[in-house]
Amino acid sequence: MSMVMNGRGEAAIVEGGVSRSLRHESARLHVTGGATYIDDIPAPANLLHVAPGLSMRAHARVVSLDLEAVRAFPGVVRVITAQDVPGDNQISPVHAGDEPLLAEGEVFYYGQLLFAVVAETRYAARRAARLAKVEYEDLPAILTLEEARNGAGELVGKSFLMSRGDAPEAVRAAPHTLSGRVVVGGQEQFYLEGQAAYALPGEEGEMRVFSSTQHPTETQHMVAHVLGLPANLVTVEVRRMGGGFGGKETQANAFACLAALAASLTGRPARLRLDRDDDMTITGKRHDFAIDYTVGFDNDGMVHGVDMVLAARCGWSADLSGPVTDRALFHADNAYYYPAVRLRSEPFRTNTQSNTAFRGFGGPQGIAAAERIMDEIAFATGLDPLDVRLRNTYDTASRNITPYHMTVEDAIAREVMEQLANDCDYRTRRDAARRFNRDSQTIRRGIALTPVKFGIAFTATHFNQAGALVHVYTDGSVQVNHGGTEMGQGLHTKMVQIAMREFGLREDRVRITATTTGKVPNTSATAASSGADLNGMAVLDAIRQIKFRLVSFAAGHWNVPEESVVFLPEGVRVGSALVSFTALVKAAYMARIQLSASGFYKTPKISWDAQTGRGRPFLYFAYGAACAEVSVDLLTGENRIERVDILHDAGQSLNPALDIGQVEGGFVQGAGWLTMEELVWDASGRLRTHAPSTYKIPACSDRPAIFNVRLLEQAPNREETIFRSKAVGEPPFVHGLAVLHALSDALASIDDYRSCPKLDAPATPEQILRTAERLKSRAAG
Amino acid sequence: MRQHVRFYLGDRLHELEGISPSLTLLDWLREHQGRTGTKEGCNEGDCGACTVMVVRSEHDRLQWRAVNACIQFLWMLDGAQVFTVEDLAASDGILHPVQQAMVELHGSQCGFCTPGFVMSMAAHLRNGGALDDAAINAALAGNLCRCTGYAPIVRAMRRASELAGEQGDPFDAEETAIRARLGRLREDEPLDMMTAAGRISLPTDSATLAALYARNPSAVLVAGATDVGLWVTKQQRDFGHVIAVRTARDLNRMEQGPQGLWIGAAVTYTDAMAALIALLPEAQETLRRIGSTQVRNSATVCGNIGNASPIGDGPPLFIAAGAILHLRKGEARRCVCLEEYFLDYGRQDRQPGEFIEGVFVPTQPQNAVFRAYKVSKRFDQDISAVMGAFSLEFGRDGLIAQARLAFGGMAGVPRRAVAAERALIGRAWNSAARDAAMEAVREDFSPLSDMRGSAWYRTTITANLLSRFFEETAEGQQVCLEGWRTVVPGVARGTGL
Repeated sequence: MSMVMNGRGEAAIVEGGVSRSLRHESARLHVTGGATYIDDIPAPANLLHVAPGLSMRAHARVVSLDLEAVRAFPGVVRVITAQDVPGDNQISPVHAGDEPLLAEGEVFYYGQLLFAVVAETRYAARRAARLAKVEYEDLPAILTLEEARNGAGELVGKSFLMSRGDAPEAVRAAPHTLSGRVVVGGQEQFYLEGQAAYALPGEEGEMRVFSSTQHPTETQHMVAHVLGLPANLVTVEVRRMGGGFGGKETQANAFACLAALAASLTGRPARLRLDRDDDMTITGKRHDFAIDYTVGFDNDGMVHGVDMVLAARCGWSADLSGPVTDRALFHADNAYYYPAVRLRSEPFRTNTQSNTAFRGFGGPQGIAAAERIMDEIAFATGLDPLDVRLRNTYDTASRNITPYHMTVEDAIAREVMEQLANDCDYRTRRDAARRFNRDSQTIRRGIALTPVKFGIAFTATHFNQAGALVHVYTDGSVQVNHGGTEMGQGLHTKMVQIAMREFGLREDRVRITATTTGKVPNTSATAASSGADLNGMAVLDAIRQIKFRLVSFAAGHWNVPEESVVFLPEGVRVGSALVSFTALVKAAYMARIQLSASGFYKTPKISWDAQTGRGRPFLYFAYGAACAEVSVDLLTGENRIERVDILHDAGQSLNPALDIGQVEGGFVQGAGWLTMEELVWDASGRLRTHAPSTYKIPACSDRPAIFNVRLLEQAPNREETIFRSKAVGEPPFVHGLAVLHALSDALASIDDYRSCPKLDAPATPEQILRTAERLKSRAAG
Repeated sequence: MRQHVRFYLGDRLHELEGISPSLTLLDWLREHQGRTGTKEGCNEGDCGACTVMVVRSEHDRLQWRAVNACIQFLWMLDGAQVFTVEDLAASDGILHPVQQAMVELHGSQCGFCTPGFVMSMAAHLRNGGALDDAAINAALAGNLCRCTGYAPIVRAMRRASELAGEQGDPFDAEETAIRARLGRLREDEPLDMMTAAGRISLPTDSATLAALYARNPSAVLVAGATDVGLWVTKQQRDFGHVIAVRTARDLNRMEQGPQGLWIGAAVTYTDAMAALIALLPEAQETLRRIGSTQVRNSATVCGNIGNASPIGDGPPLFIAAGAILHLRKGEARRCVCLEEYFLDYGRQDRQPGEFIEGVFVPTQPQNAVFRAYKVSKRFDQDISAVMGAFSLEFGRDGLIAQARLAFGGMAGVPRRAVAAERALIGRAWNSAARDAAMEAVREDFSPLSDMRGSAWYRTTITANLLSRFFEETAEGQQVCLEGWRTVVPGVARGTGL
């Protein structure tokens, strides 16, 4: 019995259950300092500390690596290099074989792991790590996307082509044609808790690793692989992360492996927590993209055809760059129907950090291109950008096929945008901004309303599975385990709510435990917004198996029809009697009924053929729209987000408060990506923005002065997801694009809205001033 | 001489001998005390995850200050009581109003930044901080959150104030006990301890400090440690001998006279803020944007000058205001114009064993105009791409008699734009003079391109800031984005959340 059952023993809504705004399950621990992260786990007396030694060249042959001074530093126990790896020194998550854990004679970026120091104290490990004498012989390095495109840049994976219809011909035949390039920058995840792992050696090679990872199963396999052990000797556990955002989907593996290596080689427990500067210097970030587009369109602003090449800086190894650049293609339509389309990715290898997953996974970059195209058409036709956007959105009956040949069945983007435009008075405010700009020399106002349509599922179909393990103990308390990880998004809270709803129990009767490969194996990363969708259904499956047994038992035991056994907040109704949940569980145990079950779920309906670029990669789409109004100072390029209104589709929300938290936080993170967050490398390939002193994520005053966020009401998912909810992790990140376009709208006033400002991201004050100067000279000329 | 550092952690007295001068409060809390609620996010005072609350008795009043534990050295806590996140809830588990509000209003997601926020909020509540957007933004500017987008945290700050209004601030009941404890610590003798790792000297007056430093010129002077803290946490340096500045009580004072304001070397930005704003009201916004609440609570005005960073925001302000620096070596004292202190990048007019005793900022003349502008990628808690501070003094003829145009971020040291100043002297403050200054200022500097801005950007906005200065002072148009208030005549703003 592994499939989800239909409503047997259905519970009435319990306080705090599904669809209610239950507070985060760890909220009290968070505010009291009691929540334990990897570095907070009490240290055993013989704990060792690990610190990495890094490459200081972008691309070089390592002529010699002199570690004598490192070894001689007081407190150092040993130094680990590639030669010390007992298993395989490769940790490419896609098995590309291009990612040594520790460098082997050649370094490929500034910051690559060269060696690791194991010492009695973190103090000693970190200080000793700086004492290596390394002799390099420099090799040619490709640092930027521009260099990669212009030179002999190689690709880290296959260029992916997605097409429908004859795009070049549709563009040629269209009344108007436009070409351009949109550049969007990368982004550091800046999880507040840096990468951390703690390894505890056990009997006969057993290794228990506590890792701040979004993907315990992969971490388990990488540790096993590096140590040369079977997976059944390695257990990976994570209770919670201090933020992940994709930055701990694969990037946690290396540090778990180093901690495990240190533990394995010394026989002592070992912990590694990266210093922030090392973390930012070593780990991969969001891919920056340069996207060349050509669009054919008509006087009504309707798109006829789109042709795009999406080039991304992937860094030194493949990592997840293949799937990330694929997803950029999957989202390059955003909410818009392209009658003919051709999209091609170019994932370039560069001598920089290996770019990786980050909330949206390439999707936001693809969407940025779609939105630029809409702006271009608006300026070319003189139409309001919102009207161009509304006209081009997918329809339901026709004009509903995506570039990957999936039919959009629920096309609600237009409805959401119109509702938001109406609610936030977009058109009146846009007129007011234009009037304001006529009289204001220095400060300009801009407003924009942009949609998001976000396909939900891993595009690699096999990842769309999940497991859970639910135990009911004989005192009536329940323990829930599942394969998803908690990184702040409230996944565990939602899982608790499902158990509360199903058993009719109070929150304090349901305990969620750390995610561990020992309880639920072969899990997928908590990524692709899929955490609640997948694990929620697996948890529900496990619970309903237990309920099925309890209902059958109760019906027989008390001689009532099964339909009359109902789990209620006040207890279990059995016929006309009310039995406490604990009493029922005790009786069932005495009758030798199994009170534990493992649940499983695989997403239905989806399929994807990467060879032909056709299929239904997504179960459904999540929608939303954001309207942003900004002010820009034309003397300095400084700007403020004055007001933001968001209407977001979370389906029938599992927890409105948590979902609104995802929308608010996602928006601010997205706006940060597109405005102040700028990654800067110097000519030697060294990342110069490697700490919060130089890399600026939004601070408190950067949130919009007026910030109205609402969830779409009465909008249950048309697909059978967990209680008809929708995934909410990544889609709201895209709302930040409204800010970029509002800034662009403000700048457009410089030449009286005659040309598209083509404002690239990040729109730092400098970028804005440059764009303003360009528009000024155009207006003058 | 006392040979141990004494302070309270929570209500427990710690008397520590033999500690390293380089041991940070954060490492001690986490690694020695097992107080892991206080987090390390960046180890450089920029993220606020390590925020703790430090209480001191100053001038018979209790001062409650949020500070970054990562760049406080443990010995700096001498004479204080420190509260960490573990101390806030009552022993019966009843949450502090800030904690309760954060729980109720979903103010935490991943929870890692939360202890730091909670401590900043508790300090803001304790200090009776205002609850308008600008005040809350300022109180929380030193705390980064990557999950929530801040909105629920701001709501929680307001809710906490309501809860405290209903239930009272739990620290109210503690005040008497805290006073008694701090009183006991204050009566103690000065500290000068030798340890295996080095020497820690906490002189209680400037004469002792001067003598010590003159005898030990290679010692490291430490005031607020918001800069030298990073020598340890980021450059992995270890101190041999540290001499504290802030313990010298006669340096922890300001003197306000008709001529101006003297700020002693131990005075923090927080303590100097009101007096500085009174002196330079037009610089209020720029002063408020120096560092963050936690940084200003530790950092001293003179330390901001002493470290001679080319991108410190204080020096251009004070240079434009005509500040005089007071230096002392042993019993020898001298004064220099502030701009003359900065000789070149990494080089100052300061002899071995000589230290800054204070800075004198003169009252601005009646017939002068003053403005300061800070331009950075992020509005709050960011290092300037360019900081410009300008003062013009007019003669009886209405012409510009004296011009002081100071810039940070434009050269290896904070510097005046001499050519631009020359272009203004003797002229009426009109658009022709503005154009001349904007033209001339391009010759004054050859800035670097770095992660904060290109040379083109710096040069361009340097001229544009002079244009803004003209608009505001000659034409009376204040048109700029100022914090959360976009100052545009006739345009009202919403009140936010």
